[in-house]
Amino acid sequence: MAYDKFTVLKSTAVPLPIENVDTDQIIPARFLKATKREGFGDNLFRDWCYNGDDTPKQDFVLNNPIYSGKILVGGHNFGSGSSREHAAWAIYDYGFRCVVSSFFADIFKGNSLNIGILPVQVSPEFLDKIFQTIEGDPHAEFEVNLAEQTITILATGENHSFDINGYKKHNMMNGFDDIDYLQAMKSEINQFELERLY
Amino acid sequence: MSNQASTLFDKVWDAHVVRKIEDGPDVFFIDRHFIHEVTSPVAFLGLESRNIGVMYPERTFATADHNTPTINQHLPVQDPLSANQLKALETNSNKYGISHWGLGHAQNGIVHVVGPENGITLPGMTIVCGDSHTSTHGAFGAIAFGIGTSEVEMVLSSQCIMQPKPKKMRVNVNGKLGKAVTPKDVTLYIISKLTTAGATGYFVEYAGDVFENMSMEGRMTVCNMSIEMGARGGMIAPDHTTYAYINGRDQAPKGEKWDKALAYWKTLKTDEGAVFDKEYHFDAADIEPMITYGTNPGMGQGISRAIPTSDQVEGGKSTYDKSLNYMGFHENESMLGKKIDYVFIGSCTNGRIEDFRAFASIVKGRKKADNVTAWVVPGSHIVEAQIKEEGILDILHEAGFELRQPGCSACLAMNDDKIPAGKYAVSTSNRNFEGRQGPGARTLLASPLVAAAAAVTGVVTDPRELL
Repeated sequence: MAYDKFTVLKSTAVPLPIENVDTDQIIPARFLKATKREGFGDNLFRDWCYNGDDTPKQDFVLNNPIYSGKILVGGHNFGSGSSREHAAWAIYDYGFRCVVSSFFADIFKGNSLNIGILPVQVSPEFLDKIFQTIEGDPHAEFEVNLAEQTITILATGENHSFDINGYKKHNMMNGFDDIDYLQAMKSEINQFELERLY
Repeated sequence: MSNQASTLFDKVWDAHVVRKIEDGPDVFFIDRHFIHEVTSPVAFLGLESRNIGVMYPERTFATADHNTPTINQHLPVQDPLSANQLKALETNSNKYGISHWGLGHAQNGIVHVVGPENGITLPGMTIVCGDSHTSTHGAFGAIAFGIGTSEVEMVLSSQCIMQPKPKKMRVNVNGKLGKAVTPKDVTLYIISKLTTAGATGYFVEYAGDVFENMSMEGRMTVCNMSIEMGARGGMIAPDHTTYAYINGRDQAPKGEKWDKALAYWKTLKTDEGAVFDKEYHFDAADIEPMITYGTNPGMGQGISRAIPTSDQVEGGKSTYDKSLNYMGFHENESMLGKKIDYVFIGSCTNGRIEDFRAFASIVKGRKKADNVTAWVVPGSHIVEAQIKEEGILDILHEAGFELRQPGCSACLAMNDDKIPAGKYAVSTSNRNFEGRQGPGARTLLASPLVAAAAAVTGVVTDPRELL
């Protein structure tokens, strides 16, 4: 599915300083019943956002109008658990384009890259700095530059580099996905398949 | 390079690389692809919007499990959204010529139970599914892992995914397991030591005599939980136990094909001197029956221990406090004697025949505690039939338990099998995340023996006292 190209993102950020945020929190299983990729953003962090009677939990960050932006900043080991791509869809659909953490779960990271969300891994110290910056000024802006592979705290100019492989970087900067690549090498795959034992 | 010692993982991985992309992932060929109703519909929509088809439909297998009711499966599914997903799986499978074991089919069941029991899962294969517990199939010496829906679309359309090669870890457990210590306890112990993110970025090989002496059911339980310490998957070298399990199964190779396969399987082991990026050694004697007290599977400990204080565990205090607060527990409390409301035995982790035998070994001659609601859910119709044939159903009935019909059920509570808010469930499943078994539900992960002990006493009980 096509997604927006990612080049430079300048935005405020939403802080979620909780460790081990799992995909069951990002989107609970009972909201996975759709057969289309629509509306998942409405149920992002559903059980942290709403009480059992569907009234909003006022103390949760997504319900606090002071915080907004296209960058979500999470604690260590963000996205653990289930392989549901719906978690990444919910984050994208809500309006985020980048998730920053000091560590990402493997499948979530891959799913994010596949749908156009940039996972930016920084050191625990830099993550703390980002949280402190937002705490000091909820309107503080950050710049994520994919070509340069850097994230910058604009108020201070402090920055941190992040890793991404060249192939994925090229894809994200151009809005390409893997299926186009794989479709172009079908005859090579066909040859490979003939050699399989089973 | 050819005479260099290599690991089991390297051997299987390298044999499936179609193309290496410079500064990018490997184009990785997939032998077997399992699909279910929840993570596949959007992938099929993707094929349609691109106007491309399924490249090798005979390599994909569909079964309905995540979102199915576990009672009255002969009646129409009540929830229209669930019914729609099940219908979509059937329609898509039929359209593209994919094998489909829908609700009511004799071979229907949880994807990670039916693959192995029908001989679809074989050593040396690459196996994926849009489900993180695909790691289960690693018990056969396969590379098996969960994928996202974009990747489901890739496999359908090209039988490949783009995957960077993970690092390698070996976890060795040697020695003799104590009384009432099951494969589930072994894996909960390992995860408690490594933490919920301790193996992220790695693929794990389990080695040592504890795994060599384990049944295939036990090995599947261990490999299943690999993802709970962050590993993409875990695997165990195939041996005579593996061959004996596969031999004669419905879709297993037969005759000449069997001989050829067996010769290949015998090469599937880590060479002496092969190097891992990380290696752990544990002593079987240190492992007790385990139970979790928090909201991730790494928050587990021996059942007789007190809940740790925040300075005894890794990670920040606020996250730890949030977790205990959700559970309604406090530091230094004993887990033994805590009142239980629900018991769930089932799931791709512990929904196989051996698990129900273990459960029955404790409930036999006892009665279900009045304060406990128990959901006993077989992993498949084949397991259900075994439960009946072996007389386990009679034992369950005499003790006051009912057997439900196969499916993922309360493991992820997509269907009606939801633990109510605030209630405690001892569960043989794989995740104790907040709300995993229903909004507000509080999950204690444990083995079938610990679940049975809780079911008959109504409180967290050491199963060693009842055996």
